[in-house]
Amino acid sequence: MDLDFTPEEQAFREEARRWLEAHVPAPGSLASLDTPEGFEEHRRWERTMYDDRWSVVNWPAALGGRDASIVEWLVFAEEYYRVQAPKRVSQNGIFLLAPTLFEHGTNEQKARYLPPMASADEIWCQGWSEPDAGSDLAGIRSRARRDAGGWVLDGQKTWCSRGAFAEWCFAIFRSDPEAERHRGLTYFLVPMDAPGVTVRPIPQLDGETGFAEVFFEGVRVPDDQVLGGVGEGWRVAMSTAGSERGLNLRSPARYTEAAGRLLDRYVGRLAEGGEAAEAATALADRVARAYVDAEAYRLHTYWTASAVAEGQAVGAEASCNKIFWSETDLAIHGLALALGGTGSELLEPGPDGGSRPGEWLDGYLFALAGPIYAGTNEIQRNVVAERLLGLPRG
Amino acid sequence: MRFAFTEQQLELRGAVRQVLASECTPADLRALHERPPEPAAGPALGRADPGRTSARWAVLAELGAPGLLAPEAHGGLGLDEVDLTGVLEEAGRVALPEPLGESAGLVVPALAGLLELPGAGADAGADPGKVARWLGAVAHGEAVATVGGVEVGRAGPVLTTAPLDPDAQLPDAVPCRTPRVVASDRADVALLVAPGAGGGLEVHLVEAAAARRLPTPSIDGPRRPGEWEWVPSPETRLASGGAAAVLVGSLVDRGALVAASQLLGLADRMIAMAAAYAVDRKQFGRPIGSFQAVKHLLADARVRLEFARPATYRAAESIARGRPGRAAHAAMAKALASDAADLAARVALQVHGAIGYTWECDLHLFMKHTWALSASWGDAVTQRARVLAEALAGRSG
Repeated sequence: MDLDFTPEEQAFREEARRWLEAHVPAPGSLASLDTPEGFEEHRRWERTMYDDRWSVVNWPAALGGRDASIVEWLVFAEEYYRVQAPKRVSQNGIFLLAPTLFEHGTNEQKARYLPPMASADEIWCQGWSEPDAGSDLAGIRSRARRDAGGWVLDGQKTWCSRGAFAEWCFAIFRSDPEAERHRGLTYFLVPMDAPGVTVRPIPQLDGETGFAEVFFEGVRVPDDQVLGGVGEGWRVAMSTAGSERGLNLRSPARYTEAAGRLLDRYVGRLAEGGEAAEAATALADRVARAYVDAEAYRLHTYWTASAVAEGQAVGAEASCNKIFWSETDLAIHGLALALGGTGSELLEPGPDGGSRPGEWLDGYLFALAGPIYAGTNEIQRNVVAERLLGLPRG
Repeated sequence: MRFAFTEQQLELRGAVRQVLASECTPADLRALHERPPEPAAGPALGRADPGRTSARWAVLAELGAPGLLAPEAHGGLGLDEVDLTGVLEEAGRVALPEPLGESAGLVVPALAGLLELPGAGADAGADPGKVARWLGAVAHGEAVATVGGVEVGRAGPVLTTAPLDPDAQLPDAVPCRTPRVVASDRADVALLVAPGAGGGLEVHLVEAAAARRLPTPSIDGPRRPGEWEWVPSPETRLASGGAAAVLVGSLVDRGALVAASQLLGLADRMIAMAAAYAVDRKQFGRPIGSFQAVKHLLADARVRLEFARPATYRAAESIARGRPGRAAHAAMAKALASDAADLAARVALQVHGAIGYTWECDLHLFMKHTWALSASWGDAVTQRARVLAEALAGRSG
């Protein structure tokens, strides 16, 4: 056991820090990525990173990455959050679909889809949930029908993050209505501009169009847009879900960085004295707990990373992760608002002349989604109980 | 960066786990619970080895556990705190009542550290020969060692040793009393912290034979807390002044680590017991573990345990390497492990229902030890306050 970063890891950190400090936009200077302008501003930032090979550091160099180790990837994320760099508009692609493509894609698919994903020329959204299939994902009813030279897709997907603006969608459809419900699914890669695709944007809590409903009516896709084999959709989707719940999606740096700012806010309130200081003192133990939990998540991530680096698989432990990071995120941002006291619901002036949530309210709104997406925390608790503790299925 | 145990560490831990599974059973713990407290000090054991406590210590000694941190020259294994944390997690899993954490994790490194100081203990008058003798005896498992006189408060170490006569002046030759010394009746020697001259502190090595020991009744009976009445003297003094302050600082960090390590094992054990019970126990014609209300209780406990582990192993690594952050790291580990084990105890009882509330069910053996360890060496709230203070100091530069 050696918790020192190696000289190579340290050098990687320094290089990343130098580059980020020279290039990162000022915090909050981009419009929300859930607006058309903001989406394009975030796409340009991804492109800037890609041009200097920082957009997908853990990918092979041939695909625009740096062959970074998993520890280096975590180090990069720490530096990324340290400078409060923009949200990753490519995240559904680079963090969720990409690991699935690396595992299940053909060489042709990897060559076709990964480079434009890395450069953000093609941004992906996820088409899994349906109006009647949320937590019960295997209950999806959108259909894929065999047709000459490919497939015809019909149905409706919903809560597709970035679905209003994305170029591509990775989605699961029922390809065999007769098969057992987990076995009749197939994973498709679908262009959002294909004839028959209709997108209806859905405004989120903050009023921005963070997700969309997507309708498929007779959408034709060729065979080479099936990922991982016909009828294999559930298995392939679970590998994506593992990434979503486990290491890939939520870097611990998000929480350690926010927890650090939470401490600053706490100190600031103490320094004000009077009512503010008393309110802060009353929250001291909860602030400390949020800080400790963020650190515990960071340590757990490095622990998992070492296990992965030595060839161990991350199983249902990913569900523990998802519960923990989502609740930690809520705790940090909820406490920051509580420290603010009266008026923490007020908006701030945005770069476009309008108003928008400040960093803590924005973070809180974002955090509120955490226990819901990627499989609700209730579903994760079932997974932990059944797969890690051996309790019977209900 | 490699944040994982070595094969050798996993093997050692596996060996300890295997041995303790048969050497420290719930029946053994019951024997120690049901043994009435002894009225007065006396030989370590009243009757023939109740709860197999002496036999078990001998087995642990054969494995080298008490001397795990001692240098090989003093009969130890020369291993480090990362090795020890895994071993103590296994001790927790069986609610080991003997003071392995105190002997192996606190007294051995304290004595070994004193011998490494230039002019070992000379300023305080400690005899290096005596220190080395005790180190060897404890490392070999020939002597059982414990610790007392210091607990953990928000602002740092809290000294609990006080003169019998409140008007008397410590340090020397004034009879004093140290409360809550664990393994009070079976220890051969204790490292006791006492107030020193001018508001300072001192560390003494006190032989059991030189103390009057009174048992203190506890809900966690097998832990055997007791009060020691003893007289500090130049002969017992190991360190004073700066050396004593450093030693006590180290005890505070190490105490948090050894308690946290054991709490991880206790939590795991209680969750496993409750999960097994939830599979067996049927209501409404199905196992209660198939109900989400039960699943989610246990899942929450499992999650808290999952995230307490790496933090505890990190604290072990920090202490082993003498890292500057070790105090905060140990505090964080203790806060997380205490919370995880407290939640596991609470949930395990709820899942067991009324049977878990009985003496007959084994669960209480583990719950009670959890309560004792969770409150010792700084409870979760105290340790979080220490972490917060440290973090704020760090951020303000």
